[in-house]
Amino acid sequence: MQTLRRKDILGLEEMSAEEITLILETARSMREIIQRPIKKVPALRGRSMINLFYEPSTRTKASFELAQKYMSSDPISVGGSSSSLVKGETLKDTVRNLEMMNIDCVVMRHPVSGSAHYLARNVEISVINAGDGMHEHPTQGLLDMFTILDKKGRLEELKVVIVGDIRHSRVARSNIWGLKKMGAQVLVSGPPTLMPPDLEVFGVEYCPRVEEAVEGADVVMALRLQKERQEGGLFPTLREYAELYGLSSESAARAKDDALIMHPGPINRGIEITSELADGPRSVVLEQVTAGVAVRMAILYLLLGGAKEE
Amino acid sequence: MALIRKATVMDEKAIMQALRRIAHEIIEHNKSTDNLALVGIRKRGAPLADRLQSLLNEIEGASIPLGILDITLYRDDLTRRQDQPEVHTTDVPFDLDKKDIVIVDDVLYTGRTTRAAMDALIDLGRPDTIQLAVLVDRGHRELPIRADYVGKNVPTSRGERVNVMVKEIDDVDRVDILEDRQE
Repeated sequence: MQTLRRKDILGLEEMSAEEITLILETARSMREIIQRPIKKVPALRGRSMINLFYEPSTRTKASFELAQKYMSSDPISVGGSSSSLVKGETLKDTVRNLEMMNIDCVVMRHPVSGSAHYLARNVEISVINAGDGMHEHPTQGLLDMFTILDKKGRLEELKVVIVGDIRHSRVARSNIWGLKKMGAQVLVSGPPTLMPPDLEVFGVEYCPRVEEAVEGADVVMALRLQKERQEGGLFPTLREYAELYGLSSESAARAKDDALIMHPGPINRGIEITSELADGPRSVVLEQVTAGVAVRMAILYLLLGGAKEE
Repeated sequence: MALIRKATVMDEKAIMQALRRIAHEIIEHNKSTDNLALVGIRKRGAPLADRLQSLLNEIEGASIPLGILDITLYRDDLTRRQDQPEVHTTDVPFDLDKKDIVIVDDVLYTGRTTRAAMDALIDLGRPDTIQLAVLVDRGHRELPIRADYVGKNVPTSRGERVNVMVKEIDDVDRVDILEDRQE
């Protein structure tokens, strides 16, 4: 397969293994460009893009902007209190107005699940989901898979354990859909109150005890604990959470010796993962960040590189 | 419509002879091979560059650096094509600054690929000179570009296609002229 025959990237649930493979392969070629002294190729010259961030972001926003600039397109990022996003305009109106400025693509992060799909249905231009509520964060899932593939040479039949707040995590959902499609075995761990009620839909096993879950794992992925969840009474104290479900050299001891340690960031050090583990030799946390730029360049090229369909 | 083979213009022996001659011309033209480096354009320029490198190393007893260039992202027709070309990796594992670079490709036609290759090279560094070696020059240039080393000049019409096959990719060394023929 050579081209993505789709307008948008909204989630990994609706993508095929073939499409994911194409993105990951293209991203490998893009990574070489990031290492060059002149980090720019003319492929998307003259294409303009708007990044709409209705939620705070450092990594994802910077990563998208760099990817857009490395491909020679012209991005504009809108977000935070400085924009009229807070004036009560509906999403549809905002984007329709922006569309009239003749942009080619909108990248959006939004707190409501399904907002990216809603937007994609209502506009002609390409929509890339940069995280919608608790639903999906497809580019994060892809960059995690890229990192694993790069280090392990394959995804098939790897044992990947995701630890933490699966219930509220769009990163977990995108990873689960993507990894399962690529033939990996996915297991989740964490407190029962932080598991999605419809866990069986995802086709993953649940093992509450972290020490047991990571047994023989090739990859151990910690998720950021969203501290505001504590107020909702889903777990008693941060200290207890760190003790029972935090990743440390001790709790991850039964994973394979060469297991990768991953975290999508931003890290709450000493809560979901110890600094020792996050900064240790098996950690690929920083490689994940580089992979993010390469994967986003690949997606931009595959979505927008060809002729506009009339 | 089907592509029919109209003629074979080079066989295995002719290709090897052409490459050997090009190797000698490169040495003659550059006086010294100290700063020389080869860059093959994907896809079929890459194996040809690889063979030229072996020939040059053999003749000069030197070790000439070799790189592979993917020019997909530099094409000037990217926004016009419905069939989006696949991106492959560029691998130029040496510093281009102050080098004499010989770009190697299979066919020189409109000159647009060469233009893209020069842009791609200049993004990687600042070579002293850039030269061009091609196995076949089929004419019909659309840009002011010419080759420094040509294996064979093959006059063609625009309707024809020059099909270069190399052992490394196609299991055979041969250059054919193909023609579209109405059924």
